[in-house]
Amino acid sequence: MSFFSRHRILLPVISLAVLLAATFYMQPRAMSYFGLNLLFNLAVPIALATIAQMMIIMVNDIDLSVGAFVSLVACITATYLNDSPMIGILMLVALIVTYAAMGAVIDALELPAIVVTLGMSFVWGGLALFILPSPGGASPGWLRTLMTVKPPFMPMAVVASILIAIVTHLLIIRSGFGTVLRGVGGNSRALTRAGLSVTRLKAWAYGLAGLFGVLAGMALVGLTTAADANIALRYTLLSIAGVILGGGEFTGGKVSPTGAVIGALTLTLAASFLSFLRLSPDWQIGSQGAILILVLTARLIFSRKGAAT
Amino acid sequence: MRAGKPACAPFLEYEARMSEQESAPIVSLTDAAKHFGPVRALDGVSLSVRPGDCLGLVGHNGAGKSTLVYLINGGLAPSSGEIAFPGATEAADAGVRSVFQELSLCPNLTVAENLRVSLRDMKGASWRRTAGDIITKSLDQIFPGHGIDPNAEIDSLPIAERQMVEIAIGFAPRGTKARLVILDEPTSSLDAGIAEQLLTHIKKFCADGGAVIFISHMLGEVFEVASRIIVLKDGGIVAERPTAEFTRRGLVEAMGHVAAEGTEAAASAQRHTGEIVIQTEQGLTARKGEIVGLSGLAGHGQAAALAKLYLSSSSNWRAGHRPKCVFVAGDRPRDGVLPLWSILFNMSISLLRQVDAWGWIDRKAERAKSEEWKRRIGIRTDDVENPVLSLSGGNQQKVLFARALASTAPVVIMDDPMRGVDVGTKQDVYAMLREEASKGRTFLWYSTETEEVCQCDRVFVFRNGEISAELTPPNITEERILEASFHMQEAS
Repeated sequence: MSFFSRHRILLPVISLAVLLAATFYMQPRAMSYFGLNLLFNLAVPIALATIAQMMIIMVNDIDLSVGAFVSLVACITATYLNDSPMIGILMLVALIVTYAAMGAVIDALELPAIVVTLGMSFVWGGLALFILPSPGGASPGWLRTLMTVKPPFMPMAVVASILIAIVTHLLIIRSGFGTVLRGVGGNSRALTRAGLSVTRLKAWAYGLAGLFGVLAGMALVGLTTAADANIALRYTLLSIAGVILGGGEFTGGKVSPTGAVIGALTLTLAASFLSFLRLSPDWQIGSQGAILILVLTARLIFSRKGAAT
Repeated sequence: MRAGKPACAPFLEYEARMSEQESAPIVSLTDAAKHFGPVRALDGVSLSVRPGDCLGLVGHNGAGKSTLVYLINGGLAPSSGEIAFPGATEAADAGVRSVFQELSLCPNLTVAENLRVSLRDMKGASWRRTAGDIITKSLDQIFPGHGIDPNAEIDSLPIAERQMVEIAIGFAPRGTKARLVILDEPTSSLDAGIAEQLLTHIKKFCADGGAVIFISHMLGEVFEVASRIIVLKDGGIVAERPTAEFTRRGLVEAMGHVAAEGTEAAASAQRHTGEIVIQTEQGLTARKGEIVGLSGLAGHGQAAALAKLYLSSSSNWRAGHRPKCVFVAGDRPRDGVLPLWSILFNMSISLLRQVDAWGWIDRKAERAKSEEWKRRIGIRTDDVENPVLSLSGGNQQKVLFARALASTAPVVIMDDPMRGVDVGTKQDVYAMLREEASKGRTFLWYSTETEEVCQCDRVFVFRNGEISAELTPPNITEERILEASFHMQEAS
């Protein structure tokens, strides 16, 4: 076992640090309270969506509906939650319950999660269009205040990221319940033999994913103050990339909440970094992909070396 | 009988009977049977395990060992008969634990976390430390000086240590105390010293009133540790006696059919002078025109050896159009049939190179070839255009044979190809293999059924991933194969 494969969190941390250093070198003015907040502002909803995706990847599934789901939540937040909070809250709770039910159905009927979630993404997208046919709505005042709060020493985006990482680390890595959930991804037969219901555990994992998806949508509206049915579509791929960048694996229940948050930050930063490079927007998405491939290649090389020794 | 003086013998016998009644069995099976469709995996087994028992369970492949284990630990419900846990409602309450050969740990969790998975009522913020203490204590008891860190991820441990952790979790208190621990090949990946520690612990555990069911192919270990040995054959108990009444040879004989054949094998002992076409590092060799059998207990490396051999000689994209080997799969759904295709397409995929013209498939030639093979191998269908899944298992297997034999490859590798095939088909295929072999084809044949292996010109017996014996005609008997499959030396 090499040093890197034993401390899986190191590589994501180094990637972020290198990218951050490069950004500061390009644009020294970013090295300030205000600059950091600007850089990482939009990372908060992405980090939450990445955590949602991580819950699904943790149980060996993959969720292709995160983006559409977050968009739908954003639309509900900008309309119902603002106009009649009770109905809004009920709708969001119903969405979380639906997510949990989806997990139970996927396990009980042995459906491929990739197909079910792809199908559901159209349902979420349709509902979002139904609720908010054209961009608009307004963020509830308290949410806006929460997302623009200015804590001392560190900008909101950084504080929120650290908070998300700590809470999910305690929930998934430290708690007994989270351990059992990770066990589902590791060897679900062992859990069945121990007398646990994998269907129920998967429902919990999906329910948690729904919860974090809802939080992501709300955070997004708090930042943008309005919503649109397509506002977060790219979150699906960003969240998958974030989990993997953060040291997670597609199978085997190997996930790291801290890593996932760092992965989300890295992805957000990569976009800003490319703007600082004065790269034409036409090339930016492709370059973002190139950075992703670069980091993943580095990881693969380290893990190969780890396996060889 | 521990009766010393004849005068008080009746009294002692009475006392022994009384204490036997007091120590109620942990589990008792009455005429328990388990059928999977038409397959009788277990056929009316009666058995009871009492505190202090250490039961050795031996039997050849498919004798019903695993099915029996699953019935006892509650993993399967019996088709008929009864399984009772006196004083408890189900296996878990009765303190029945199983340690399986294929590891059932979560590799992404730490040692302590794995205990948490099987121990549900572990609460509180410091559960991690509690679990670590429990597992360390259990490991210390069984394997003194083990040096396993309870916070190490299972992934990072070598296989022997994983097996040790699994055994330790089996014996650890988890809500209920462990009363009956079923160990399925527990020493398969342990070295001799560690295995000895385990055997010592089992003896102590049984002396303290626990019970163990010990399954192993290392007969020396079974003799050392078991107080009673049960021999399973074809889903039934053929012998159940105290260990002292068995000899090693007697045990092996009890496991096998008492076959006095050998005539057939002798008849085929003619030409072994063809050139060597296969030679592996492991020592596996095969000559031209030979049928070479691979035998031994299931999962001892035969399938892996074949897969390695096949992949090394076929999966090269520069290899050209003439494959050296073809593969007949035994696990049809996994690596055999193409379920959405017709019988015709399933058969012809290996001979597309023979029927194409400038890269286009000659449908007529393809069809003619397939019809020919359908006739030769006797596939029961009125039209080769029918979907392949419309055939019975045995006929699907014939399609796979046709696919392999229709190619021009000189070597045919068969991975337990007769799984779930009826007797009639088997006879057809045996005859066809003989005919093809006499034309100069080489067959490598892994089979879990000794009767099939006895048809071969030469047999390699595998044990623990290595070849433990090479047998040639007069010696290819079930007894010899069993002897080589089981470890006969003293476990010391």
